[in-house]
Amino acid sequence: MAEARPVIEMRDIHKSFFNVQVLKGVSFDLYPGEIHALMGENGAGKSTLIKILTGIYKKDRGSIFYKGKETVFNNPKDAERAGLSIIHQELNNIPYLSVAENFFLGNPLTRGKTPLIDMKKMIEETKRALDALGVELDPEKPMIECSVGEQQMVEIARAIARKSEVIIMDEPTSALTDREIETLFNVILELKKQGIGFIYISHRMEEIFRISDRVTVMRDGQWIGTMKTTETSFDEVIRMMVGRKLGERFPKRTAVPGEVRLRVENLSAGRVKGIHFTVKRGEILGVAGLMGSGRTEIMQALFGAVKGAKGTVYLDGRPVQIKNPADAIKNGIGFVTEDRKGQGLVLDMSVRENLTLPNLKKISAKSLVVKKKELQFVDRLISLLKIKTSGREQNVKSLSGGNQQKVVLGKWIGIEPKLLILDEPTRGVDVGAKKEIYEIMNKLTEKGVSIIMVSSELPEILGMSDRIMVIHEGKIAAVFPREEATQEKIMTAATGGKV
Amino acid sequence: MMNMKGFFQKMGPLLGLLLIVIVLTILSPNFLTATNILNVFRQVSINALLAFGMTYVILTGGIDLSVGSILALCSALAAGFMTDGMDPVLAVSAGLVLGALMGAANGFVIAKGKVAPFIATLATMTIFRGLTLVYTEGRPITGFSDSVAFKMIGRGYFLGVPVPVYIMLAIFLILYLVLKKTTFGRGVYAVGGNEEASRLSGLNVDRIKIGVYTISGLLSAFAGIILTSRLNSAQPTAGISYELDAIAAVVIGGTSLSGGRGRIVGTLIGALIIGVLNNGLNLLNVSSFYQQVVKGGVILLAVLLDRKKSA
Repeated sequence: MAEARPVIEMRDIHKSFFNVQVLKGVSFDLYPGEIHALMGENGAGKSTLIKILTGIYKKDRGSIFYKGKETVFNNPKDAERAGLSIIHQELNNIPYLSVAENFFLGNPLTRGKTPLIDMKKMIEETKRALDALGVELDPEKPMIECSVGEQQMVEIARAIARKSEVIIMDEPTSALTDREIETLFNVILELKKQGIGFIYISHRMEEIFRISDRVTVMRDGQWIGTMKTTETSFDEVIRMMVGRKLGERFPKRTAVPGEVRLRVENLSAGRVKGIHFTVKRGEILGVAGLMGSGRTEIMQALFGAVKGAKGTVYLDGRPVQIKNPADAIKNGIGFVTEDRKGQGLVLDMSVRENLTLPNLKKISAKSLVVKKKELQFVDRLISLLKIKTSGREQNVKSLSGGNQQKVVLGKWIGIEPKLLILDEPTRGVDVGAKKEIYEIMNKLTEKGVSIIMVSSELPEILGMSDRIMVIHEGKIAAVFPREEATQEKIMTAATGGKV
Repeated sequence: MMNMKGFFQKMGPLLGLLLIVIVLTILSPNFLTATNILNVFRQVSINALLAFGMTYVILTGGIDLSVGSILALCSALAAGFMTDGMDPVLAVSAGLVLGALMGAANGFVIAKGKVAPFIATLATMTIFRGLTLVYTEGRPITGFSDSVAFKMIGRGYFLGVPVPVYIMLAIFLILYLVLKKTTFGRGVYAVGGNEEASRLSGLNVDRIKIGVYTISGLLSAFAGIILTSRLNSAQPTAGISYELDAIAAVVIGGTSLSGGRGRIVGTLIGALIIGVLNNGLNLLNVSSFYQQVVKGGVILLAVLLDRKKSA
């Protein structure tokens, strides 16, 4: 690689918004056939750097060389034409059009010079492009029926068809199943062989260390360092990202599980068929399983969020009827959903209004909100969770991912739960905030709160759970005490293997 | 800087109203007189009542197209009851209750039947209008009451101010406080902002939805009663296309049609803007054809300015 010339070279990039410096002399380069990971906490300036590269923002100072020539892209179309493609975290496609129609979105194939669309040819070409990636997908399938992974493949195929030489991936795996992640990695590695360079943005350390060649870390708009992946470590990267030693990634569990708090008997919901399990006071039960295994359905059923769930649920030995979320809350069950923006927060509302949403009874008298009670309630939660806001009236939309997640946690801590269900509690949250969330979980369990934590991140499951329950195709495939669990054992159980 | 933006977002409709008032005052000597201003307020009261209910509905992310039809049907029913010899107080109360029930029916179809609000209320708009025509046999109902109390509702004055203006302001105050101070009000905003998150936070989303349509129905009936009293007759075609003026007032007042964001104060100002425009253009002898052009232009302008501010 040493003799090759970088395809992208950004030198000493500066950028300010309204007199606030967001990039302070950042440099970054990428070689053909390289996977270069760009890391940093939320707000470190990664997105701004990428937006300057692709022409969405203009740089104040510094220079960009593309294939050796100093270049300025004036807009994303320019960059795309030159061979730079971005695969965004939120995919851009038209859900009701077919895969082929999306593949040719914007410049469909026509019959000669007529405006008539040549559907047959579009389907054939799409098929060829997908086959080349080793992806099996029917080009006539409507996009809305495709999984997120499949949709991503279509976008990658489009990028290749445009003859992209650089592909920028922003958190590509955050919504993929483990199997889809494997497919994605295979495709990336294959394209890398063909000389395509990747800028890879992700919060997931394991991934970065698995596929990247180099890692560049940014913090507070500054370039902190660029290392060969093989010559660095998790700890070093984290230290560079947060600028201090975080200590252990997972804080030590000190709570001692007590007597049984939750007993679930013969629970069925959707694909989940007749399962039994228990959670003790002060215990964290980790729930692992592939996406689509039914783990989320179990949680929704416990919380009364889905209709038609069957089974018996005992809380502290008493059978309880949970027909809707209001029942669950009355019984002291809180639910942090995996989809923070879609199900957790009312984005147009303030921190105050979000924190009090499930607690309106607590802060009101005869349906009238008591201002004083509300403010006390909110201030207590903000300081307890160390939510960084400009004040309780700040819109949650403008908070960072980590602080948004703390608001969601806060609203459920506010109900003084006996049982807290956390579905992917640290998704899209930076390392610093992750650790704070783990510490909050520990604090809660020390007070006797029981926690069920669903997570796709096995290190998190292994690092935080007292016991681990693995779900496979709607059934409990295995239960491990923490000491006996390993990533391999969990994966084997999750994919239907014998343990 | 954010505060400036917030200030204009909040004050935009009011500044617009002041601007229109100033221009009309300069153009017409008859505009800024006590009699005329009171007249404007009285004319506005009917649309304002519909628009207040509409604000609640739109804040939840819904829409209510049936307000004009509920107005007509309740007007006809109350008038009919009185012609049949019912006590005016009882007849009015019955009309109000029936209006609330019609609204509740809308809410029920939307919340429990999961029908899109636009479709559900489009259907009931037609149904209620049809029922009005059936009940009235297509003819106005007149000569039903000499009751002073009933006349007062639409035609009376108290301390020189028309009674409908008091009704409008009283209802405004109640609705403003409900929205601002109660858990129900908080729920209205939450459901419009994110229905799923509200449901998962234990809010009774269905009850909130049924609630807002019930309020809208009740206020439509109230507007119908005022109109009946003022005209001393119930017209089967009363209230046709009133829903559009109500929606316009809400939108001009800065409430987002997608729900979750807006203020009822804005709606009051929005209704006044429409009323002042109508009145002023009449005073200036602008043809009613042009008046529509101007009104449409103002709605567009309001929305465009709102877009600019939030961008």
